Amino acid sequence: MSIRHGLLALLEHGPRYGSQLRTEFESRTGSTWPLNVGQVYTTLGRLERDGLVSQGGADGAGHPLYAITDAGRAELRTWFERPVDRSSPARDELAIKLAMAVGAPGVDIREVIQAQRRHTVKAMQDYTRLKAQALTALEDGGPRERDDVAWLLVLEQLIFQTEAEARWLDHCESRLIRLSATAPAAPATAHPAAPATASEPGAGAGVRRGPGAGVGAGDGGGGSGGAAGGGAEGRGR
Amino acid sequence: MSTPLAAQPVLRLQKLTRVHGSGATEVHALRGIDLDVHPGELVAVMGPSGSGKSTLLTIAGGLDSPTSGQVVVEGTDITTAGAKELAALRRRSIGYVFQDYNLIPALTAAENVALPRELDGTSARKARGEALAALEEMGLGHLADRFPDEMSGGQQQRVAIARALVGDRRLVLADEPTGALDSETGESVLALLRTRCDAGAAGVLVTHEPRFAAWADRVVFLRDGAIVDQTVRSEADSLLTGRVAEA
Ligand SMILES: Nc1ncnc2c1ncn2[C@@H]1O[C@H](COP(=O)(O)OP(=O)(O)O)[C@@H](O)[C@H]1O
Ligand SMILES: [Mg+2]
Repeated sequence: MSIRHGLLALLEHGPRYGSQLRTEFESRTGSTWPLNVGQVYTTLGRLERDGLVSQGGADGAGHPLYAITDAGRAELRTWFERPVDRSSPARDELAIKLAMAVGAPGVDIREVIQAQRRHTVKAMQDYTRLKAQALTALEDGGPRERDDVAWLLVLEQLIFQTEAEARWLDHCESRLIRLSATAPAAPATAHPAAPATASEPGAGAGVRRGPGAGVGAGDGGGGSGGAAGGGAEGRGR
Repeated sequence: MSTPLAAQPVLRLQKLTRVHGSGATEVHALRGIDLDVHPGELVAVMGPSGSGKSTLLTIAGGLDSPTSGQVVVEGTDITTAGAKELAALRRRSIGYVFQDYNLIPALTAAENVALPRELDGTSARKARGEALAALEEMGLGHLADRFPDEMSGGQQQRVAIARALVGDRRLVLADEPTGALDSETGESVLALLRTRCDAGAAGVLVTHEPRFAAWADRVVFLRDGAIVDQTVRSEADSLLTGRVAEA
């Protein structure tokens, strides 16, 4: 995590002391990634060791001040210019969970997906409410406009990220439905509870077909979502 | 009604079912929906294609009848209301926004927006005044005298939304209102719906876009004609506590 670079960026605006850096970091990013003062001082210590900041003087209240060095400025420039590495993806617990849920005995993968979808959409609702507040603050033209803009960008990043997750979950679900609908083992007719949607492979009822049909995944049944996963497996990609 | 107004939902759906067709072609579009929408509340309905979202919305607005169950709008059961009463309720209390905008091609933007008010007996002058105000609110004041075919899709959709919101409707029903809009215009539409609900209207928004659903107080998930799950309202400070405390 680039606390290092975050602190350098703040120090480029002039010398600061530790807890001031912490406050500024948090108001830029809306406390999304809270820092404690200990982390700030540890990081400042390393930056000083690497010659990227130097300690000098104190403010009126006696707080020791840190300043960015020329080497620190160069490091900061490089950071802004260099794209953030995406070539070695961070471990994602949800992706791992769904990968493990495919065909797992006693696991209804559609329930796993729906529980996550609810949670993810809920998080988006919360972020969106905060975003509406941030937009209002910006329109009202508060004194901390730069912080408000920064906070808005961070919030929107969270919204886009959760949106991508929600879309991916939708995609997983319809992918599983499609695979179970076309799996060779699946009977040609739909479950009697959903006769009319049988002609619509995209409709939710489709998942009721397949080896475990008889328990609607959406009704809290334990078997049929697993069947959807089983269908995917049975297809032998 | 004996219940206090604030406690009474603007829209109440009870044990709602809808079967399209019969025999071999029978489709159970809705299978026992219960849903209350209160004043000030915006509810989003999400679900895969064919899950019954549009059916739910057209029945809630009195444009289609349920096979069984009740639809109560502002205390009136519209499934048993007379044709006249239903027509009046539809004009006065309910605003719709559809996927396709349904503007009348021979009328200007302002005339389209003013039409439901005039039908409701508002004087032409007053109706035009309200229409212009609603268009202004959507940032469309300058388009008041254009005809639908002289506007972009996004502009037409915003005119349709102005029409749904004009004259203080208590219940706003929107079916994929952001469908044809770019993401920023879509967002402004949602912000507007949100504002209307904050001012006391009840709203139901059908969308498959999680980013737009996230503007709602509650998100209801529909699957195969049944509500399978929903989010519950929370205070925003369950997340990002520091910032909220400060705000
Ligand atoms: N007029 C109709 N006649 C027959 N079937 C219909 C009619 N309208 C909708 N349906 C069916 O009812 C189900 C729900 O449709 P709809 O409410 O449009 O879903 P959504 O809006 O979620 O895509 C679908 O299976 C659809 O094919
Ligand atoms: Mg629809």
